[in-house]
Amino acid sequence: MPIKSSSLQVLYRQMLLIRRAEERLQKLFADGDVPGFLHLSIGQEAVAVGISSVLGVADTVSSNHRGHGHALAKGVSLSGFFAEILGRADGVCRGRGGSMHVADLSIGMLGANGIVGAGMPITTGSALALKMKGAGNIAAVYFGDGALAEGVIHECFNLTSLWSLPVLFVCENNGWSEFSPTERQLATSLERLSAAFGIAFASVDGNDVVAVADQADKFVNQMRDMPSPRVIECQTTRIRGHFEGDPQDYRNKEEMSMMSERDPIARARSQLLAEGLSDVWFEQLHAEVDSEIDVALKLAKGSPEPTSDSLVADVYTPRLGVS
Amino acid sequence: MPEVRYLKAVNQALYDAMEVDDSVFVIGEDVAAAGGPFKATRGLLETFGPGRVYDAPIAEAVIAGVAVGAAMTGMRPVAEIMFMDFITLAMDQIVNQAAKARSMFGGQASLPLVIRAPHGGGLNAGPQHSQCLEAWFAHVPGLKVVCPANAADAYGLIRSAIDDPDPVIVVENKTLYAAKSELPDDPQAVPIGKATISRPGRDVTVVTYGAMVREALTAADQLTIEGVDIEVLDLRSIQPWDEAMVVSSLARTHRLVVAHEAVEAFGVGAEVVARMADVGFDELDAPIIRVGAPFAPSPFAKSLEAAYRPDASDIVRAVRRTLA
Ligand SMILES: Cc1ncc(C[n+]2csc(CCOP(=O)(O)OP(=O)(O)O)c2C)c(N)n1
Ligand SMILES: [Mg+2]
Repeated sequence: MPIKSSSLQVLYRQMLLIRRAEERLQKLFADGDVPGFLHLSIGQEAVAVGISSVLGVADTVSSNHRGHGHALAKGVSLSGFFAEILGRADGVCRGRGGSMHVADLSIGMLGANGIVGAGMPITTGSALALKMKGAGNIAAVYFGDGALAEGVIHECFNLTSLWSLPVLFVCENNGWSEFSPTERQLATSLERLSAAFGIAFASVDGNDVVAVADQADKFVNQMRDMPSPRVIECQTTRIRGHFEGDPQDYRNKEEMSMMSERDPIARARSQLLAEGLSDVWFEQLHAEVDSEIDVALKLAKGSPEPTSDSLVADVYTPRLGVS
Repeated sequence: MPEVRYLKAVNQALYDAMEVDDSVFVIGEDVAAAGGPFKATRGLLETFGPGRVYDAPIAEAVIAGVAVGAAMTGMRPVAEIMFMDFITLAMDQIVNQAAKARSMFGGQASLPLVIRAPHGGGLNAGPQHSQCLEAWFAHVPGLKVVCPANAADAYGLIRSAIDDPDPVIVVENKTLYAAKSELPDDPQAVPIGKATISRPGRDVTVVTYGAMVREALTAADQLTIEGVDIEVLDLRSIQPWDEAMVVSSLARTHRLVVAHEAVEAFGVGAEVVARMADVGFDELDAPIIRVGAPFAPSPFAKSLEAAYRPDASDIVRAVRRTLA
């Protein structure tokens, strides 16, 4: 079923929430308040939001180092998300994971990942479990174009195709793998790789949230009826550097200006304006989203730093009656 | 008590675990139709069907990844890595994913997965089919490692490993597979982390595990002739290991030898020795001696492999040194 304009409003709101949340993180990072590495997904929000629009809580997703949007779109709590990235005790991972490991298994968010490509084997296993349970759920994995050069993609394409496992492979092709362009990383294309394993493939404009959602809807419905893998390649744009603080001297001005023209949020906004929504509607929505973020961020900042008594907790599962 | 082959006990443990819990499934190379490269999974496909016993392609990273992802999604996978040497191709999923998931996600989840891996030489299988790599995994927080030495412990530790909420690496010595030992008609789980005294003795404690337990018992027989009475302590679990039992044995014998088939340097024995040099210091009447393979890859030629693998005579020599 194609996405209706009423749901475009919902998708727009989600994209905006991710954008504003990451813009706040960007500022916090610049002020020295975010420890570690920070990879922002600004410019890529339409992928996470479009894909998640067709997933339920019993469907699983696995993500990569650029996973803030994936987590929020799957429904990770905003305050728990901020607290985690700030390294606080009330973070979704109690401050032990950080930006690259945001997870909430209770809603099927199996984790961002610090290892390029590592989400694919995990998702393959999750899909096998879901298929064994037989309730028509699917497992999606987000990865970048850089992950196409990792060996595990071969193993995972092969196994999911051979065993007809319901994995939705979602490639966010932003043209960059750290500081190197994709064409210097891969001797083939994702389309040809998919074809080699007999996996249905679609390429979409990853900055058009409706296009992503429509394609995901089509694929996921097929997968629920008859488990088997699918690949969606989303052409998208990494508006920020590889990480915050990246001087990006390897990129040129043309690319930068092309990216602002392709901004997924600006595009959805013009679509909604064309459909008759007023500036006032947008103002209200922005105010609402900002205050939601203010509340969550306040909670997160109020959370204490984890204390060293939790240092070795949770390495293993405590067992009653077993020492 | 009936005597059965070690392999039969492994098979029985898998069978019983699958029978009592539908979420247990088996995956590995040639584990289904062929019944396993060493026949550890024989008959499971026939009993439980292709929905619970999976012949995987030769793809160790995704075999381990399937275990991780399925464990995150409510199953209890048991993956077989055909030779422990091949586990190198699955390291990311085991070390970066399985081991860390619970801690890294703030205790949200447990990953009840088992990886079975046969280790050890003695088959002239050469440098890439003979290694004992258990120390690598014992070094990684979040993993448990067991290495049973006989049929009853193989059964009991595999049942415990499958029941355990966390990732467990079960290391099985290939030369033990055909060896027979007692397995009760109603075999029981063996708790992870508990050692056992295979042979009580007064003079020297020999801490060991896996196939070296047999060598230590042979050494004990030889040493009896010399009037030396050694205690053979089988660790059974390597991570966690039973420090308390080692200390209490040392408190009786005051002399310690630690023996394993793995390369001596930086091995499991190094950890045991370091702890005993600390918490057991006051009990020691002699330097602690390690027995392990020399610092070289496991060689192929019969003569070389025989010289390479530590055995009863090496243990005898080490015991004599502690008494010298
Ligand atoms: C196994 C591994 N190798 C290298 C890295 C370092 N690294 C982190 S992100 C990245 C580039 C990934 O590019 P891509 O997958 O396209 O994602 P993008 O950053 O463009 O979103 C690299 C090389 C890593 N984290 N893991
Ligand atoms: Mg990229």
